[in-house]
Amino acid sequence: MWSVRIDIKLKKGVLDAQGKATHNALYSLGFSDIRDVRIGKLIEIQLEGNSREEVSKTVQDMCQKLLANPVIEDYSYKIEEQ
Amino acid sequence: MKFGIVQFPGSNCDFDCYYAIQNVIKIPSAWIWHKQNEFSDFDCIVLPGGFTYGDYLRVGAIARYSPVMKAIINFARKGGLVIGICNGFQVLTEARLLPGTLIRNECLHFICKKQLIRVENKHTPFTGMCQKGQVLQMPIAHGEGCYYADKEIINEMEKNNQIIFRYSDVNGQTSKEANPNGSISNIAGICNKKGNVLGLMPHPERNIEDCLGSGDGKLIFESIVMYLKKEKILQNN
Repeated sequence: MWSVRIDIKLKKGVLDAQGKATHNALYSLGFSDIRDVRIGKLIEIQLEGNSREEVSKTVQDMCQKLLANPVIEDYSYKIEEQ
Repeated sequence: MKFGIVQFPGSNCDFDCYYAIQNVIKIPSAWIWHKQNEFSDFDCIVLPGGFTYGDYLRVGAIARYSPVMKAIINFARKGGLVIGICNGFQVLTEARLLPGTLIRNECLHFICKKQLIRVENKHTPFTGMCQKGQVLQMPIAHGEGCYYADKEIINEMEKNNQIIFRYSDVNGQTSKEANPNGSISNIAGICNKKGNVLGLMPHPERNIEDCLGSGDGKLIFESIVMYLKKEKILQNN
């Protein structure tokens, strides 16, 4: 069994309205040193697979087909054997 | 002539579209359930607004893999007319039938209001009854309507006249103030390169009769009907 942690982030240059609003809220709480806030997604998946390479290939396929939208998002992932 | 209206779990403008086409435009319409692998005898497919699959993951992302989408992609590749309204537009971008994508409104709010849009291109199956520069009134109701694509794609769309509608004011000015959601270049609706797939955030079916505002939405469906009638005459000759 493998455990995969996928991070999905908005690409640089894509407006992150949630990040901006959160930035403003943090600022109004007194956290005035913040330069930027970006909000992404964390997806955790448990899956079966024969090797790390095989799992990596499957995860890439999942990200490209469904989990991330390449127009606006970048993804990265970490695989751990359970 | 027959229109097919797709029903996904979470579609909520399906009946409005049905009413608009069947009762006002008076063209036979039928439902297409999202689990259908195929369909036939339709001249135009409508992807209505709503919140397909609860907008989970990204708007339109799950609906894009509904069984019916394969059939819609095939239909579109063969030149069939497809119109996606609001959430339907989002599904079409996720399915890559249209370029770019729709992200959270710049203001973060869900916006539900009357909106004006300017017709940018009348030479499409969806706008033949309009005039270039004509300002139409159509309601918007969305949380993720901010159109985004990189510069290269925007330039290509400009070159190919794929930008069909822009948010404007009453004088047709596409100012920042007239842009409700932060869409790049005030984009409210686009079509694919071939011109047979249209996506727009405003709801033509919600302004289909005078009593709903001005009836401007009728122009979109009447344009489709006019185009299909012409096509049929050409085919028969």
